[in-house]
This record gives sequence, C-alpha cells and structure tokens, in this order.
Amino acid sequence: MSLLIKGGTVTTAEESYRADVYCADGLIQAIGENLEVPAGAETVDAGGALVMPGGIDPHTHMEIPFMGGRAGDDFFTGPAAGLSGGTTMIIDFVIPASDERPLDAYHVWRSRSEKAPADYSFHVAITSWSDQVSEDMETLTRDHGVNSFKHFMAYKNDIMLDGENLMHSFRRCRDLGAVATVHCEDGNMIWLMQQELLAAGITGPEGHPQSRPPEVEGEATNRAIRIAQLLNTPIYIVHVTCREALQEIVRARMEGQRVYGECLAQHLVIDDSVYYDPDPVKARAYVMSPPFRPKDHLRELWRGLQSGNLQTTATDHCAFCNVDKEKGKDDFSKIPNGTSGVEDRMSVLWDQGVETGKLTPNEFVRVTSTNAAQIFNIYPRKGAIRVGADADITVWDPKATRILSAKTHLQKNDFNIYEGMEVTGVARSTVSQGNLVWQDGDLRAEPGAGRYIERATFGPMFDAAGRAREQRPWRRVDRSEAAE
Amino acid sequence: MSLLIKGGTVVTAEESYRADVYCADGTIQAIGENLEAPAGAEVVDAGEALVIPGGIDPHTHMELPFMGTVTADDFMSGPSAGLSGGTTMIIDFVIPSPEQSLLEAYDTWMANAAKAPSDYSFHVAITWWSDQVREEMGVLTRERGVNSFKHFMAYKGAIMLDDEILLNSFDRCQELGAMATVHAENGEMIFHLQNKLLAMGITGPEGHVQSRPPEVEGEATQRVITVAGVANAPLYVVHCSCKQSLAAIAQARANGQAVYGEALAQHLVIDESTHYLPDITMASAHVMSPPFRTKEHRDALWGGLQSGTLQTTASDHCAFCAPQKALGKDNFTLMPNGCGGIEDRMSILWDQGVKTGLLTPNDFVRVTSTATAKIFNIHPRKGAVSVGADADLAVWDPNASRKVSVKTHHSNMDFNLYEGMTLTGLARATISQGKQVWDGKDLKVEKGVGRYIPRPTYSSVFDRVKTYRALNAPRRVERAQAAE
Repeated sequence: MSLLIKGGTVTTAEESYRADVYCADGLIQAIGENLEVPAGAETVDAGGALVMPGGIDPHTHMEIPFMGGRAGDDFFTGPAAGLSGGTTMIIDFVIPASDERPLDAYHVWRSRSEKAPADYSFHVAITSWSDQVSEDMETLTRDHGVNSFKHFMAYKNDIMLDGENLMHSFRRCRDLGAVATVHCEDGNMIWLMQQELLAAGITGPEGHPQSRPPEVEGEATNRAIRIAQLLNTPIYIVHVTCREALQEIVRARMEGQRVYGECLAQHLVIDDSVYYDPDPVKARAYVMSPPFRPKDHLRELWRGLQSGNLQTTATDHCAFCNVDKEKGKDDFSKIPNGTSGVEDRMSVLWDQGVETGKLTPNEFVRVTSTNAAQIFNIYPRKGAIRVGADADITVWDPKATRILSAKTHLQKNDFNIYEGMEVTGVARSTVSQGNLVWQDGDLRAEPGAGRYIERATFGPMFDAAGRAREQRPWRRVDRSEAAE
Repeated sequence: MSLLIKGGTVVTAEESYRADVYCADGTIQAIGENLEAPAGAEVVDAGEALVIPGGIDPHTHMELPFMGTVTADDFMSGPSAGLSGGTTMIIDFVIPSPEQSLLEAYDTWMANAAKAPSDYSFHVAITWWSDQVREEMGVLTRERGVNSFKHFMAYKGAIMLDDEILLNSFDRCQELGAMATVHAENGEMIFHLQNKLLAMGITGPEGHVQSRPPEVEGEATQRVITVAGVANAPLYVVHCSCKQSLAAIAQARANGQAVYGEALAQHLVIDESTHYLPDITMASAHVMSPPFRTKEHRDALWGGLQSGTLQTTASDHCAFCAPQKALGKDNFTLMPNGCGGIEDRMSILWDQGVKTGLLTPNDFVRVTSTATAKIFNIHPRKGAVSVGADADLAVWDPNASRKVSVKTHHSNMDFNLYEGMTLTGLARATISQGKQVWDGKDLKVEKGVGRYIPRPTYSSVFDRVKTYRALNAPRRVERAQAAE
C-alpha cells in the first residue's frame, strides 16, 4: 500500500515549499520534487493545494455517557467526520466518575474507542483524590502512554476538585512528567449564580451564560496558574474564551512560567447573542461551557493565537442532540453542556484566520496541529511533514469553498453551530496512516483502523522545570539549643 | 571534503534525538543513527554532547569606522572569535553616512567583509531620506539580497531619524517585503539629559547611564511600534534592554501586530552598577547603548525570552578599546559606544539560561539561531539541522565549563565584560560550511572563505501582512456633485 501526493506545496509550521510526498507502510518515506515511485502507487493530485500535517484536535468527547443517553457521535462517526474536515487525530478524555478508579475508567474508554477509524489518544481526568488515584496515575503514565491529566474546577458536587486536591494532583503530574490540564471556571461562583437565576425565574438557556460570566473563568484561570507556579509544573488551560483568562495567561508567560492555552474554533466566531434566541431548541443547542462571549472577547482570542499566547485550537466536540438537551428545558442548569465541530474546525480557522490576514498559512498549521503535537509530546511523529513521520496528511485546497450545515455534515448531530456559513479552505483529500480516507466528498473511513497513540512523559518543557526547581532548594538552619 | 559528527544528540528548536550528522560539500547530507563514514571523511566525536545549529548573531559591528580608526575586531578576527564560541554566522550593518549613497556604503562594507572566515549578511541602515534612498532600497532588495533596514531613533545631530522619515522608510520596507529594524531610544530626551548632566559637572561614564534611563527606551519603542502599525510594516526592535520597552512589545504582540524583539546577552546578566565603577577604564569599557539596567529589568528580559515575546539574542559586538574610549574621558557624550561579546553569547545563554531552568535546550537553540534565521528569512538554510541545510553546526558540551577572560579570549578586544565568570556550556567543536574550524582548543579558520548570504524578501509573516493590507485598503466614497 503506497501513495504519492503530487504537485502540491508542503506547508508546515516552519516553512512552505513545492514537493511531492511519498507514503508507504503508514509513514512518510520521501519528500522531494519529481519523486520516482514504485509502480502501483496510488496518486493523489495536490495541484494548487497545500500538503499539511493532518489536524490534531486535542479536545473531544466522543461517545460520552450522559443520563442514560450518549452523545450522538461515537468513536467511529466523530473521528470519521473529522477526517472529512482534515483532522486525522483526536485526543479525547477518560472521565472517571468521582467514585471510579482512573485505571478502570481508562479501560472502559479504550474498549469504546476500538472502533475508531483514525489515530487517537486520551487525557485522563482526575475527579477525586486518594492513594489509589495517585497510584493509578503512575500506572497510566508508565504502562499506558498517558502524559496528561485533566482537572475540572467547575461542576460542583460532581467532578469539581477543590484547591487541596488540585495541588495533590498537580504535584503528582510534576513528579510523573505529565502535563496538568485544567477546565478553569469557578464551580462555587457558578453554583451561586445558578441558584440566584433560577430563584428569579430565569430557567431558560439564557441563564447559562449569565451564570458563568467571564470573571468566573478569569478567577479560576488565575488560581490554577498560581498553584502550578507554586509547584513549578507546566500547565495547559483548555478552552480559553475571554479576555480575563487570557490576561492571566499572558501575565504568567511574561513571568517565565510554562503556561499553555487552547481555544475552541467556535469561541473565535460565535458570540453570546445565540443564548437569547427566542427559539428554545436553537438557544439550547449552543449551551456549552465556558459559554459564548460578547464580540469583543472574540477579537482578543484571535490576538492570543497571533501572539502565541494561545498555542492550540480544538473543538470540545460533544455531540448532544436536542433529545438530550431537552432534559434541561425547564432548568438551564440541567441542559447537557456540549456542541459539535470536529468536522469544521480547520475550515473555520482558515476562513476566519488566514483569509482575513490574521494568521499565515504556517501559523495555521502550528495552531491546528504542530503545537498540540509538541505540547503533548508526540512530535514529530504527528504534526510534521517529514520522512519517518506518520503519514497523517491533509491536502488543503485554500480556494475551494463549502457551506456548513446540519443537512450536509457527517458528524452525528442534529444541529450545526455554524449553520449557513460559507467557508473558504477545504480538505480536498485526507490521508490517515498512509491511506486515502477522504477524497472530494468520498469518505472511506474504516472502523477499527485507528491506533491508540502512546505519549511519552517528560516532554521538553520538563527539562527546564526540573532545573528551575533545583535553583530553589528548601533551606534549613541548624540551631543549637541554648544552654540551660 | 566530508565530515561525520558521531555519537551526539541533535538538538533543534523543535526536538532532541540521538543521531549522527554527515556533512559534505558544505551541506548536511544525512542524519541518522550509526551512519557510516565514507573513506577519508573526518570524524568529530560528539559523545555526551549536543549537535546544534551554529549560532547566528544578528547584531554585530565589525570593522566599524570611527574618527579615522576602526574597531579592534575586523571581519576576520570578530567572526573567528564567534566560531570559537559556536557562532557560525553574523548579520552585520552597513551604515551609510547621511547624504551617502546606500549602494556605495554597501560596496564598502562588502569589500571589508571579503576577508570573513564564515558566512555573513548585512542589514542596511537608513540614515537619511531622499528619492535616491528610496530607489536604492529597491535595488538592494532586488539585486543584493538585503531584506532588512535599520533605523536609529537615537544619536541626534548624526544619524537619528524623525517620525516623518521613519514613516517613509517603513512604508517602503513593507512595499518591498523587507523587515524594518530599529534602535529605539529617544534621541531628543538623551540630548536634553546629556546637556543637563554635563552642566552639573557629571562628565564621567556614570553620566552615560543617567542620560539614557529606561523611559527613554520605553517611549521610543512605544512610538516606533505605533508608527510601524500605521505603515502596516513588520518591525524588529533591536537590543531591547528594559521592562518598559518589553511591555510595549508584549502589548503590541497581544494586539496581533507583527513585532519582534531582540535581547543582548550582556543585558541579561550585567548590572547597571558597572557604569558607576570608580575605575574610569572599567566604567568606560561598559559604555554602550542602551546601557546596563537593574535586576528587575533583567528578570523581565528573561521572561520575554521564555514567553517568546523576545525571539532572538545578539551581542551588538563592537570592539572599541581603551584608547578609543579615552576620547570621552572628560565628556561621556564623546565616548564611543560599544562592547564585545560575540564569543561568549552562547555560553552566557546556556549558563545563565539553561542551567538555571529558565530555558530548555530547545529554547536555547531557538533564541540563539533558529528564530533569527526565520525572521530574516534564511531558514532552513541556516538555523536548522536538516538534510540540505548549510553545514554550520556547533558540537555543544553542556557540562564542560570555562573561565572567561580577556587573557584567553580570541577577540582583539582589550576588555571582557564577563571577566572571571566560570560558564558551563561551551562549543567543543564548530563546523562552518562542513569544515571543522574549532576543535575546542585551536581555531583553523581561513581568511575569505565566508560567503555573503543573500536573504530573500517577503518572509512568511508577509503572508498575513499582504492579506490584511488588501482587506484594509484605503476607501474612497464617490459623491455626485450637487446640481446647481
């Protein structure tokens, strides 16, 4: 099985140049002009297109169980939709119940993901603390290729961690060489606001954003960063949505702290007016956390990507449909949180980022793939176009357009948050493990073809963290007792 | 002529891995484990050491004319000293006198540089403005491989430019796809303070630092960023030395503006108090602009490098010796500005940056070579360890140390800023154009083998600048004349 991508411009986070790319045995075997390839190699025409590392979506929730139901997309349909949009890998989440062992939950999720058509990996959430959890973290890093643990500061009385447990877990992350990732919203503030809003008779989806204003996110972001600073461990803030949170990240980075920030494609283009839509089905469909923000925050997030203060883009793909969302029709706090977008992320980023002059094509690759691969330590196997890398490649047509719609999308969701938007920049072909899995509308995804990708601990950022700790050893003064 | 670097760890801005590196015909031909050396190939042992792209010093002044003499290091001795410290390329400055033809000055500097032992390139300073200057900027970019122009906001009455000229030149830079670079200190403020200090009888070198406080640099940086923003020109701020200047750069970057910043190695480690030393020779030897700053500024600069707000490091190597400095012994304003340091930049960055946990080894490579190569558009020919790149490499011993001293350094300077410091991290071998020119003890440099490196215009950042410009073209409203 071999494949030649011919006539395109290789575009990486680093550079752009004309070259053909030859793939065989799942890997990139050669890059160059006018490559000679064995007879029988399939040819993909990349004329006029860019040949880029396939997108990596570092934040998805496929097949997540909720109140007896399941999110619409499972580990086959979700990643398959991603392939049609140029995304060749996801990093999903194992989320143990607060009384469940992380290791047990990991095995449950692994069995669900066996049907995946493309490569994937898992962050594991820490939703409680005990010696057992601490031990499981070590087992997961040592034996199962996990190098990142997720923490929720929201969802009080459920999976929220308090300050003490955050510190326990961050310290464990540090010692194991794993990245601590955090959902930063203050669960106590939200809980209070929810009670106030419901008491005031505001039960509809407009209560959702009002219960989680930007200061809730800003506060939690600052607190998580300060804890990570105290413990001197790298931290990755998922779905940054507002100026208040971004400012904390910028401040910490300027002080030399290893802080990374992710933003979601939808937070870059959709504003909070959607929650005030008179149609309850529509307004509920946009319920996710953190919520969409007023327009001025959108521009700030773009600037975060431009300046490098935010490094990655994701979708938080979580395909709850109306049948699930309806469970909160009388109480917004019971609407399952989640929107979809794994299929559209790259097109939205190209159309709204590159087409408008906010990002260069190289920066586009950086924020859709390469940075995620580097932070989660799977680079250059993923996120790179080079000999020896996995042949996960997107042939990107920078001029073609398509209209985003629930009527035509492949993800299993009855709603598309970008409905009707015409975007420029489309995946013409997608190659996964060296196989052509998407070609001009023809999806050839195969259940179970995807592999679980193990991620090694102690990524490059730990080189500095370890040395920095040695600079500040504990000090002890030996004092003799005064003679009596 | 071929050479095999064996047994080391290749460290680039992106990653680290064990590999041998084979060089022939001046370029890197192969990278991999257990490479076989062809018969006759020289073998360099890199056991326990890192194989990194040779350093690029984007800011030097070799053989700078001054009152009928030139600085002590010429284009042979200066770059040779650089090679002994792991630096394989410099970007120096052509500085025409006001009213002088840019092309004529360029030819003069090119003739001086013909003796260089390693590769080099030139920024060209804009010191005055006319149609001829405008024209010659075009010729330099089209025919001479220049892609950056330097502007001085200091040195009133000599080469200082006012805002009108800055705007004219920046507009021309963006039209040509060239980077505008700037020395940001407010020349009017300096002139005012100099006169005031001299009138008070403060004529010694302590007057130098007092005439150029941080606000002088902060104001100019803020102003020039605004000017570049109006002209829609990418901007590179040379030798950023203080908090105020860094804050202006961070703010502009956070707003999405294409602004880059350079830090000098000496500004990261040397304290303001050196300007107040009682020994006039010592104090005079430290006179350079901007001057040295207090610790709070140095801490901020490190944060700038860590966060990526500052991208590059340089030396501003300008070898004025005691007899030249003595010209200003009775009046600090007549003292030639400049310090050495090309040889020690990389060791300083390793010892004070990597060893202390502020930077990772990959960050080190990024700030000593790769970021410079990208900004000035010579990547991946320079600043990379990849097949096809120029074989400019340093074999970096991360654990060996040396004591810095004027007695042992290779520069012709009679003073060393870092005298007596023991630095960990040094170049065990340096490879230039595929030849070993430094083996840790002896230099084997050859006069004139260095090549002028032409730099193409329109680096990657112009991809977004062009789009932004097209979308924000000036608007004209057509109005019908009112009927009479």
